[in-house]
Amino acid sequence: MTIDITQLAVGDTLPPLEFGPISRHTLALYCGGSGDLNPIHVDSDFAKASGYEDVFTHGMLSMATLGRLLTNWTEQDTIRSLSVRFTAITKIHATVTGSAIVRERTNKGGEDLLVLDLTTHTQDNQQTTKGTAIIAVPTV
Amino acid sequence: MLLNSDCIGQRSEERSIVIEAGQLKLFAKAIGETNPIYFDEAAARAAGHRNILVPPTFGSCLKFLAPAETPSADELGLDYKALLHAEEKIEYHAPLYVGDRVTLMTEVDSIYSKKDGALEFLVRTTHITDEAGTLLQSVTNTVVMKNAGSST
Repeated sequence: MTIDITQLAVGDTLPPLEFGPISRHTLALYCGGSGDLNPIHVDSDFAKASGYEDVFTHGMLSMATLGRLLTNWTEQDTIRSLSVRFTAITKIHATVTGSAIVRERTNKGGEDLLVLDLTTHTQDNQQTTKGTAIIAVPTV
Repeated sequence: MLLNSDCIGQRSEERSIVIEAGQLKLFAKAIGETNPIYFDEAAARAAGHRNILVPPTFGSCLKFLAPAETPSADELGLDYKALLHAEEKIEYHAPLYVGDRVTLMTEVDSIYSKKDGALEFLVRTTHITDEAGTLLQSVTNTVVMKNAGSST
């Protein structure tokens, strides 16, 4: 289904996007693909020595899922900003689902903008990120 | 404080980096990207892009791929064992493509504590500019350190 961005109103939701289950292999790929070499995500010995049960996922994999959720629906050059706060650790093997809802439709500097509330949750309904995206509505 | 508040306001050296196709392909695979404009040059060009398009959150990776030397992790007081990612914000001004040479400069915006010093926050913004000095993206990263010995 194609969504007409110009018709979106406050309270409308965008198609959610699921990512996972996140395996150790995914974390190794993201370690190399992102250049984030923090061993806490890939070295279970290091994670245990740091007081965790096991390695846990890069928060940025959840943010990347939100990025994909947006570009599944709008041209990337309409995205003005994307921000997230990480609210809980995402455990290894989790599946995350990104969601977006229109919080506000506003105009700034002559540009028609959508403000989206973003979240990711794991399969057991633990919220892992909470964020905001600002999207410019193309002029027709 | 574990973090060194003397670093507030400090600006890194400028680092230059070329965005490489192989790096983006690995990134796309890792995040489960399925749209070929993000990993296939022919598909990107067919969609009207001048090369493989850099996806929305890859700008956050450039600071890892071309890390700032000053201030160093040691100077800042960072300890990976106690570190968690708290927030990330990316502001977009112009698209990035494979093959682009960009310059990064990272600035320490703030260092502060919460919960009587049990949590210490470091906020840094990396400014990504093109060769003409035009701002392409600003990436603001907040990490939190758990200070186990903060009860005093």
